[in-house]
Order: sequence, then structure tokens, then C-alpha cells
Amino acid sequence: MTTTTPVLQLSDVTRVHGEGETAVQALRSVSFAAYAGELVAVMGPSGSGKSTLLTLAGGLDSPTSGAVAVEGTDLASLGANGRARMRRTSIGYVFQDFNLIPALTAAENVALPRELDGESSRSARRLARAALEEVGIGELADRFPDNMSGGQQQRVAIARAVVGERRLILADEPTGALDTETGEDILRLLRARCDAGAAGVLVTHEARHAAWADRVVFLRDGVVVDETGSAGADTLLDAGAGR
Amino acid sequence: MSVRQALLALLEQGPMYGYQLRAEFERRTGSTWPLNVGQVYTTLTRLERDGLVAESGADGEGHVVYRVTDAGRDEVAAWFTTPVERTQPPRDELAIKLALAVTVPGVDVGAVIQQQRSATIAALQDYTRLKRGRPAEVGGSAESRGADMAWMLVLDSLVFAAEAEVRWLDHCEARLRRAQLERPPADSSAPPPVVDPQESQTNREGSRR
Repeated sequence: MTTTTPVLQLSDVTRVHGEGETAVQALRSVSFAAYAGELVAVMGPSGSGKSTLLTLAGGLDSPTSGAVAVEGTDLASLGANGRARMRRTSIGYVFQDFNLIPALTAAENVALPRELDGESSRSARRLARAALEEVGIGELADRFPDNMSGGQQQRVAIARAVVGERRLILADEPTGALDTETGEDILRLLRARCDAGAAGVLVTHEARHAAWADRVVFLRDGVVVDETGSAGADTLLDAGAGR
Repeated sequence: MSVRQALLALLEQGPMYGYQLRAEFERRTGSTWPLNVGQVYTTLTRLERDGLVAESGADGEGHVVYRVTDAGRDEVAAWFTTPVERTQPPRDELAIKLALAVTVPGVDVGAVIQQQRSATIAALQDYTRLKRGRPAEVGGSAESRGADMAWMLVLDSLVFAAEAEVRWLDHCEARLRRAQLERPPADSSAPPPVVDPQESQTNREGSRR
């Protein structure tokens, strides 16, 4: 796995907001990679830099120093238009508050990035329906967001994030507004997409959700302070027996 | 642990012998709390002494089969209708360790917290991996659905307990940090903010509120 190019690579990334005395270092020399087939969780208290990390990974912001590469391409080398195109074709974003367009149906919301990318509306809608099918809400394709539950809306958002074989999924507290069981369904979906070959980065402050990831990275004050791999399932019963 | 009541509850479903009881208990709790068969027979002997179960002959292979008595049924009903007591908090090694870490000089409390958080999250990852092995919707016969559901709920209980531990660790860390900021040590590595005395007065008023 480590011999291939990571889908996402942050190399020695620093991001400073503001200047002079009021400057805040949101990230300091952070290096971080996510490979295909892997879900990585980023945990940390508010102000630790986890959201900054995600906006940099998604090309929504640029580092003060260091480099961010998606599928081997340095985002800084692309220019604003190139980055926007990269976001439509390679990067899927899932937000806490779904960010669906209320005037569009589920299928239209999912098809939008493809259509913006110049794909014919017919083929974009076909892909959108397939993506909705995959997240288990194919029958809701013609509904508007306001007529859906929070969990259903988040499924639409995930379908939009993965439509068209995008290989990097960035999720910012995607279960924030959902009850525990619905939240778990959303994590199962993200997990399944990563098992199917995508790279996922999940920002969360909830350990229960981070536990769906292969690796958990801890951020404090803009620095990676620790990383948890996984020990293997056979240690589980011992751990359970000790409690 | 409530092995006694659990065995009685299992016997309400029909007469069983010791090994069967152990297997049923472990099936429903995912072997999270393994029972040895000696413990099962000791418990059955006590239950018989207390009149809550009775021997009910032997099966073809000579296993002594037990059945629940009317008094035993009452005990099970009482168990299910009474909350588990929480008067005496179980001894919590982690809470004790942190209580001592913050009071014994020279302990790196931050490191104690982070080390534990990593370990607890690794355990959470293991529990979650077991959940991932199972579909969200359980299928199969009614009986195996019931046992699957029971095991999933036990697993969820472990997950939520581990999560609570991580949340508590986060909370401890935030609290310690705030305490440190409010009372900077003499050799503080962070330079004190340069402000004029009047302003610093108002700042202190503000933080004292």
C-alpha cells in the first residue's frame, strides 16, 4: 500500500491566518497522507486545525507553506480554475449541514457537479440515480431536500460526493446533526466507499465515529501529536474480558 | 456479576443443563464475559439451595437438567422490573490513576491522557470492526436474530462506554489546560502578554467572572 502514490498528500504544510501580532498558526508543518482503500479520521478539540486541514485537502484554501497533492498533482500548480475542476471531478466533500440546494431534487443535486463539468444532463442524471441507488435511497431521487429526513439528506450529500468515481472523500463532522443510529448508517456508507477503493478523510470529535477509520490522527494546536493504527481484532475479547 | 439472574432468566425458556446454560449465556453476550462451567454449576447449586431451581431428571446422555421454580420466576420478574443499582460506583482504575497523576509531582499528565486515549480508541476500532462484520439489518431465523441482536447491543454497550471514557479524557485535558492558562507557572515557556497595568487589571477581572 505504501509503495503507491497516496490519493491525498500533505507535505510539511503550515497555514497561518492573519499577519503580524494577531497571526494564528492553524497548522504547523503537518505531513499527512491518505491512500486508496483507506479511511483516516482526524480528531482534535475545536481550534486544533482539523477543519483547516480538510479545507486545504479540498483545495478550498491554500497553505502558507508546504504542498498539498491530490492523486500526485500539486494543487498549487493548478491555478484556481484547475482546482475548481479538481473539486468537481476528483474530490467529494460531505459537510455537517449537508449543503444541498433546496430548489433542486435529490437527483439534480447529485448530478450538478457533473453537469457543471460539461457532461450531458441525461448522462449526469443517470449517474446520479445510480449513486443514489448505491446509498440506499434510489426511490427518493425526485424528492426535494426539505421533504427528506436529515439522514436521507446526508445520503444525498454522500451520493453527490462520490458520483463519477471520485477517489477522495472529505467529510467534516458528517454525522453532527444526526441521531446515533442514523449516524452509524452514514459511517457504514463512508466505510463501504473506502473499502471499494476511495480514500476517505473524516474530521470528527466523536471517538465512536473515528473508530470506523483505519487510522486515527490526533491534532493539537495545529500539530499532529499522535496516531492510532489498529491492533487486530483478536485483542478484542481480552480487552472486553478485562473490563 | 448477575450470573445468577441471567441463568434463571435462561431457564425460564425451558429446562437446560450446565453446558447448555453456559453456551446460551455466551451466545447472547458474544463471549464478552466468559463463564467457566464450574461457575455455572456452583451457581445452580446455590439456586437449588434457595429453592429457585429444581433438578428435573437427566437427559439421554445423563446430563442433570434443571428447571426454574415459581419462586425462581418471581426472582426473574423482579430482576427485570428493578433498575441496576448504582449506589456504589465500581472502582475505576483510570479515574484513580488520573486523580493521582494530577497530585503526585513529576507525572506528565498530558502524556498519561494521550496514551490512554490512543489505547481506548484502538479498542473502539476493534469493537467497530466486529460491528462492521455484521450487516446493519440482522437476518436469519427468529432465534438467531434474537441472539444477534443481543450481541450487537452488548457490543454497542462496550462502544458507548469506551466513547464515554474518551470524552472524559478530552474533558480532563481541556480542564487542565485552562487551569494552566489561568495560573501560568514561573518558568512558563509562553511569554506573558505585554499589556499596560490598567488593561491587565480589567483582563483579570474578566477572567475571574
